[in-house]
Amino acid sequence: MPDRTRCPIDGKPGPVTAADSSLAATLVRRLALDRMSWVDVVLLLIRIGFISAVIIGSTRTFMEGRFSAAQWGTLISAGVAQGSIYSLIALGYTLVYGILRLINFAHGDVFMFGAFCTVFLAIWTSQQGILERAPAITVLSWILFAALVSMSVAVLVERVAYKPLRNKPRLVMLISAIGASFFLQYTARGFFSTAFRSYPTVPGLDGRLELGQITVPHVQITVFTVALALMAGLYILVEKTRIGRAMRAVSENMETARLMGVNIERVIMFTFGIGGALAGAAGVINGLYKPQGVSFIMGFFPGVKAFTAAVLGGIGSVPGALIGGLLLGIFEALGPNLVLTGLGIPGSNQLKDVIAFLMLVLILIFRPQGIMGEVIEEEKA
Amino acid sequence: MQRLLKQLAKPLSQGAVAGVLCIYIALTGMMEAFGEREIVMGVLDLGKLVLFGPFVGLGLLLQQQAPNRRVGWIRVLVACLAGMVATGLFILFIDAVSIRHMFTHASPALVAYMTMGQDVLAAGLGLFAVTALGAGAVGSGLALMPAYLRNTIFIAALIVVGMALLSELISQVLRQILNGRPDRLLFSQGALRPAVAAIAVASVFAWRGLVPRIRLRMQDRLPQLEPERQRQVSLAVRGAGVLVLLVLPWLVGSYLSEVLANVGLYLLMALGLNIAVGLAGLFDLGYVTNFAVGAYLMGVLTNSGPQATGEFNFWLILPVSILAAMFTGLLLALPVIRMRGDYLAIATMGFGEIIRLLALSDWLAPLIGGSQGVLFIPKPNIGAFTFQTPQHLFYIILAASLVMLVVINRLDLSLTGRRWMAIRDDETVANAIGIDTTWIKTLAFTLSAASGGLAGAIFASKLGTIFPHSFSLLISMNVLCIIIVGGMGSIRGMVLGTLMLIGVPELLREFSEFRFLLYGILLMAVAIYRPGGLMPARARHYRTEPAPQPAGGTPAASSSAASG
Repeated sequence: MPDRTRCPIDGKPGPVTAADSSLAATLVRRLALDRMSWVDVVLLLIRIGFISAVIIGSTRTFMEGRFSAAQWGTLISAGVAQGSIYSLIALGYTLVYGILRLINFAHGDVFMFGAFCTVFLAIWTSQQGILERAPAITVLSWILFAALVSMSVAVLVERVAYKPLRNKPRLVMLISAIGASFFLQYTARGFFSTAFRSYPTVPGLDGRLELGQITVPHVQITVFTVALALMAGLYILVEKTRIGRAMRAVSENMETARLMGVNIERVIMFTFGIGGALAGAAGVINGLYKPQGVSFIMGFFPGVKAFTAAVLGGIGSVPGALIGGLLLGIFEALGPNLVLTGLGIPGSNQLKDVIAFLMLVLILIFRPQGIMGEVIEEEKA
Repeated sequence: MQRLLKQLAKPLSQGAVAGVLCIYIALTGMMEAFGEREIVMGVLDLGKLVLFGPFVGLGLLLQQQAPNRRVGWIRVLVACLAGMVATGLFILFIDAVSIRHMFTHASPALVAYMTMGQDVLAAGLGLFAVTALGAGAVGSGLALMPAYLRNTIFIAALIVVGMALLSELISQVLRQILNGRPDRLLFSQGALRPAVAAIAVASVFAWRGLVPRIRLRMQDRLPQLEPERQRQVSLAVRGAGVLVLLVLPWLVGSYLSEVLANVGLYLLMALGLNIAVGLAGLFDLGYVTNFAVGAYLMGVLTNSGPQATGEFNFWLILPVSILAAMFTGLLLALPVIRMRGDYLAIATMGFGEIIRLLALSDWLAPLIGGSQGVLFIPKPNIGAFTFQTPQHLFYIILAASLVMLVVINRLDLSLTGRRWMAIRDDETVANAIGIDTTWIKTLAFTLSAASGGLAGAIFASKLGTIFPHSFSLLISMNVLCIIIVGGMGSIRGMVLGTLMLIGVPELLREFSEFRFLLYGILLMAVAIYRPGGLMPARARHYRTEPAPQPAGGTPAASSSAASG
């Protein structure tokens, strides 16, 4: 590079002058290489590494023709069903983060509590034969019950763990949130013991739908429909109602909203309640979808993954949570078979969760504002 | 009528809260589990303490807040009645309707325990009601007596409960010092004998009565000594402390040495994580990564099992493990170095889980054993001497902890330490005053990893086998709890936190099941009431000694110029 005026303070190259217009200098300037620090180089290398791993892995899988189109279809439909559960939980993170800038670490356990309490109701209705007679209404009543339980738990957590910490540093709130998460998990363990309990099979949900070559289980369709309906309801609530407008106002700017006469505390409580209710509903449909049952530690993985989905979609954005959840579900279903198998890694389905966590870390590193790109200004933690 | 209700609304709701608390404690199974632990033989057990504790609390709180005694007694009565009714209804309910298929602890045994083993339910409920009212009255009485007397009673109660809970430790030490079974004089099946409890209470009272007159406090005496003497005294205290630590494992026996060794390992990790979290303010939730790297490196390179690679010596691999952990710390720090606050916490948690899942996977199984783990890791040895028992291993851990304590203490006082604190307090400002934040933060992650690697390496060798499930998120969380509860950035806090959160639960078997429940409550309580932790780092003022007064200069002006 030809000589350039150097900054007298830090010795870095100053602005480009007409003197250095050689090809190399232009290239450096175009790619902003002169402003790169060594951290940027590391990040660039990581980016290149991951993108090439994905490309190499997936091309090799396709070249080998390991899976048929029908198999891909099955994987994707399972991913969509799982993803819609993530979306529902993600909404709770997104709503709360939008308002309090708080990662509600206990949200996964709110989901667990709803699912766990409702499993007893579900078993009871199944034993009494109510489920056999009116499956649709019974399942709806489960969802309603779980939503109520989770809503109360979420509001309680807000009251006890977060309300005394308004306007405190965010990390103190995060500590309290971790405490609340432990508290909920081990309360459930104390109450309901460590055993796994399964939701009873709902008649009519064990069938399969044939769509050409692809078979889609009924339960996946149900999961997706219920989730979509709930999210549509939430969208209307946030966009069209008075309290929804108040929520949007508070997430835009809390102080201004307060000055405009919005009751902040009420909005916060409402937000936690709505997020909790959606998580409870997600708990029931997750129970229908996953036969292995519920336990006191079940909240952690869905919680973290839903948070990933929320960040992926753009935290603070309601449609973002939907998109993020679905994408995460699909990536998680495809990733191991598409990329890891292609790279010759054995037992790739064991690494499903690794893909989710890797996505979480990569999104946080490279695109913390997510797909929907709503930039939340960085306040001091 | 309405006015009366309005006045009584608060005590009623507080009483109801106490009742709900009782029910919660009963349903989580804490009451029954604690009930098996007798404190004073035949008089009191821990379960009764948690059952009637809320009522004593009600009495104390409401009586203290009341404008006068009469109002206070009425409020206490109302609140205790509310609490009693709530708890009583709960007892009646679980006696009548079996909800055991849902709440596993709502058993007839619980009803029997809460009604104090009376055959007739009504009699039991009556006994419960009388005791609860009595507890409320005791609480009120405590509130009304002079503070000095109240504190004396609290200290006596604390000593009695503490002695009973640590009975195993005390017995063990007594048995090592004296021949025979001297502990039988004090304890019977872990509970204090009533006479011993009475003597303990009496001696506390005697001590509190006498000490105000013959006060002999080190803190008052020490500053009066000459600097030379001061140094000698503090050296003597430290020497005595080290001496006690050296004989400790032989004093407490094999099982408790194991506990001490675990405490030491957690202390090592806490000291390490303290660099990132406490000093530099980098909220790392994936500390288990460093622990796992240290442990797996030690395991893989020294074991003689199916994964045998080299079968190197412990002392050779120990520094290698530390360096490997530091290298991993550096590698994982690079991508997240620009993140702040909560996103950093979540990203590092992601790393921690990825490491565990990779350790568990079949992919790396040929190398590190997968779910089968690494077996046959030898114990460390020097020549022919092998560190076989927990007592021997304790010395390695002690040495490592002391070295780390010195290192951390020096770092804390160094320029780098102050740079970390500047970043913790305000990263933007730190950057603006010319601190290379990227480099200093990377350094914090790397150095903090070293201690984790060291702890992991010793852990692998101590256990002899390692499995992926030993490296769960809970390890990171335990270490984080120690730091937050102990006090971020405070070394004394780390020691206290480790003893409290790791040592005590291992000594009290009854607590072990509820350990994380109590952690959760403790974390929330610390965040809300004491954000600096139980033993906060002392705020340091880098204040130079005021220069000798120049003629005419006012002392105020020169001291303000010198501070900063």
